[in-house]
Amino acid sequence: MNLETIITHSPALIVAVPLLGAFLTPLVGKINDKLRNVFVILTVGLTTFFVFLLANDIFSSGNIRTYVFGGGTPITDGGFAIRILFEVDGLNAFMAIIASILALACVIYSWAFMKENTGLDKYYTLILLMVAGMFGMILTGDMFNFFVFLEITSISSCVLIAFWTNKGKAVDAGFKYIVISATGALFILFAIAILYSQYNALNMAFLANSIQYTFLDKIALVLLIAGLAMKAGIVPMHMWLPDAYGRAPSSVTLILVGATQVSLYGVLRMTFTLYGSQLTIPLKQIGDTSITMNGLLGITLIALALITILVGVLMALKQTDFKRLIAFAAVGEIGYIVLAIGAGLTAMGTSYGNMAFRGGIFHIINDALDVGLLFLVAGAIYYATKQTSLNQMGGLSRNMKYTTVFFLIGLLAVAGMPPMNGFASKLLIYQSTYQVNPIIAIVAILCSILLLAVFVKVFHSAFLGPKLPKFKDVKDVPKSMLLAMGIIACFIIFFGLFPEFVVNNLVKPAADAIINNTNYITTVIGGAVP
Amino acid sequence: MIYNIPYIAVVALILIGLYAVIFKRNLIKIVIGITLIESGVNLFLITLAYRQDSIAPIYHGEISRLMSLPVPHALTLTSIVIGVAVLALMLSLVIHIYRHYGTLDARKIGREEE
Repeated sequence: MNLETIITHSPALIVAVPLLGAFLTPLVGKINDKLRNVFVILTVGLTTFFVFLLANDIFSSGNIRTYVFGGGTPITDGGFAIRILFEVDGLNAFMAIIASILALACVIYSWAFMKENTGLDKYYTLILLMVAGMFGMILTGDMFNFFVFLEITSISSCVLIAFWTNKGKAVDAGFKYIVISATGALFILFAIAILYSQYNALNMAFLANSIQYTFLDKIALVLLIAGLAMKAGIVPMHMWLPDAYGRAPSSVTLILVGATQVSLYGVLRMTFTLYGSQLTIPLKQIGDTSITMNGLLGITLIALALITILVGVLMALKQTDFKRLIAFAAVGEIGYIVLAIGAGLTAMGTSYGNMAFRGGIFHIINDALDVGLLFLVAGAIYYATKQTSLNQMGGLSRNMKYTTVFFLIGLLAVAGMPPMNGFASKLLIYQSTYQVNPIIAIVAILCSILLLAVFVKVFHSAFLGPKLPKFKDVKDVPKSMLLAMGIIACFIIFFGLFPEFVVNNLVKPAADAIINNTNYITTVIGGAVP
Repeated sequence: MIYNIPYIAVVALILIGLYAVIFKRNLIKIVIGITLIESGVNLFLITLAYRQDSIAPIYHGEISRLMSLPVPHALTLTSIVIGVAVLALMLSLVIHIYRHYGTLDARKIGREEE
C-alpha cells in the first residue's frame, strides 16, 4: 500500500468515502452525538486528504488520471465500451479542491452552529451525500453519471434548504429550488439523450472526439447551458437563489455555494471540452464579417453576465435581511465569472482571451471562499443574537471581536480590494474584458464599487455604533465556528498575498484544460485507458 | 410519418409540462408539470432504443434475431427511480407548505413578514 496506489484509486475513493460515511452516520449517531460529529469531520477530512493528494499529483506532473469502472470490450463493432470512466485533469482537480475546502469548513462549523437542533443524524447524512454528489459531478467523465450525481446533489441540498421546516419560508425556498433544479436536470437529461442518439456513447471524451456539430448538437448545447445555468443561478433563472441561500442554515449555504460553482464547472466542461473543437467554425457569412459560434455564444454570455451583475448588486442595495443581501451579492459575483467566460469565448485563441479564462477560473475559487465566509459571519451573528434583519442590529463589534475581523476580511475580498484575493482575480477580469470592450470593464468596475458600498453599509449598521442594551449579554461564537471561519479567512489572505503562485500552479493548468481539449480526448481515445 | 409520432409526443409532453411549471399557480399542478416533462424525456430515451425487427434484450431461446442495445433502457430505469425520489420530495414539501399557509396558491406563499 504505497502512495502511488492510493493516488491511483483516489478518484473512486473521493466519492466512495463520503457516500459510505453518509450511510454509516445514523448508526454512529445511535452511540453518541459527539462521536458522530467526530466521525463526520474525519470522513470529510479523509476525503480532503485524498483530494489534495490527487490534486498535488495532477498539478505537479501535468498528467490526466483516469479511473475505470467496468470492462473494456465494446459491445458493438467499432463502438465505445459501455462503462463509467472517471477522468481528472487540471480543471477537475481545481474544482475538487474548492469543494473539499468548503465541505471541511461546513462540517466544522456545524458542530456548534447546529447543536441545538434535532434530527442531526439526518442533517449530517444529507451533508455527506451532498458532498459525495458534488465530488461525483466534478470527477466523472461520463454524461449520464454526471446527471445522476447532479440529481443526488440537488435532492440532498433541497432537503437541507428546507431543514428548518418550522419556518414556512424555508420550506417555500426548498420547493422553489427543487422545481428549478428538477427542470434543469431534465433539460440536461434530454440533451444527453440527443447526444447519445447520434453518437451511441455517453463518455465525454469520446463524444468530444466524434462531435459533428449538427443541428441536433446545437439544440443539445443550448439545453445543456440552459439547464446548468438554472442551477448556477444566472439571471433570469436566479430567483430561487436568494431564497435558498437566505433561508437555509448558514453551514448549508456554504456548501450550496460550492454546488452552484460545480454547476458552473459543468457549463465549462460541456461547452469547452464537448464542443471545444467546433467552437471556432464560422456559422454565417455576412459581407466581410463571418459570425462564428464562439463569438455568438460569448456575446450572449456577456450580455447575461452584465444583467446578472447589475441585478445582483442593485438588489443587494435595497435588502434589509443580512443573508438575503449576501445572497444577492453572490448572484452578482457569479455574474463576474460568467462575464470572464464570455469574454474568453469571444476572444478565443488570443492572449487576453486566455487571461480572461484564468481570471474567471481564479474567481470561481475566490467567490466560493469570499461569499462563503460572509455567510458564515451572518450565521455567527444569527447564532449569537437570533437576529437576521439589519435594522435590529448594531454595535456588535464590541461583543464579537473575531467575527468582526472575519467580516472585514470577507467584505474587502468580495468588493475586490487589495490585498485580498478578490482583487487579484477581478483585476484579471477587468484587464481582459477591457480588451474586448471598454464599456464592459467599466460596468464591472462600477458594480464592484457598488458592492463595496453595500457592504460598508452593512458593516456600519451591524457592527459599528453604540452598544445596544439588548445585546448586552451577547458573547462571541464558539470555537468551532471561529475555526471554520479562520480556515476560509486564511485561504483568502494566502490567495490575496500570493496570487502569482496560485495562478501559475493551480489556475493555469485548469485554464489550459479549458483552452485545449486534445489532452482530455487523447487520454481516453488514444488507448491509454485499458 | 408514423415513425415520427413518438417524437412529436415527446415534444408535446415536454412543452405541456413546461407550460404547467411556468404559468400554473397551484403547487400540485407545478409538480404534475415536472412529472410530464420527465415522462417526455423518458419516452424519448425509450424511443431511441427501438430498432426495427429487433427484439428486447432478454434471452428466451430464440437467438437468431437481433437484440436492441439495452443502454437506453438502463438509463430510463435510473431516470424513473430518480424521478420517483424527486416527486416524493416535492409532494412532501407541498404538504409542509399547506400546513404552514393553508393554501397551495403560489401567490400567497412566502409573503409574510417575520
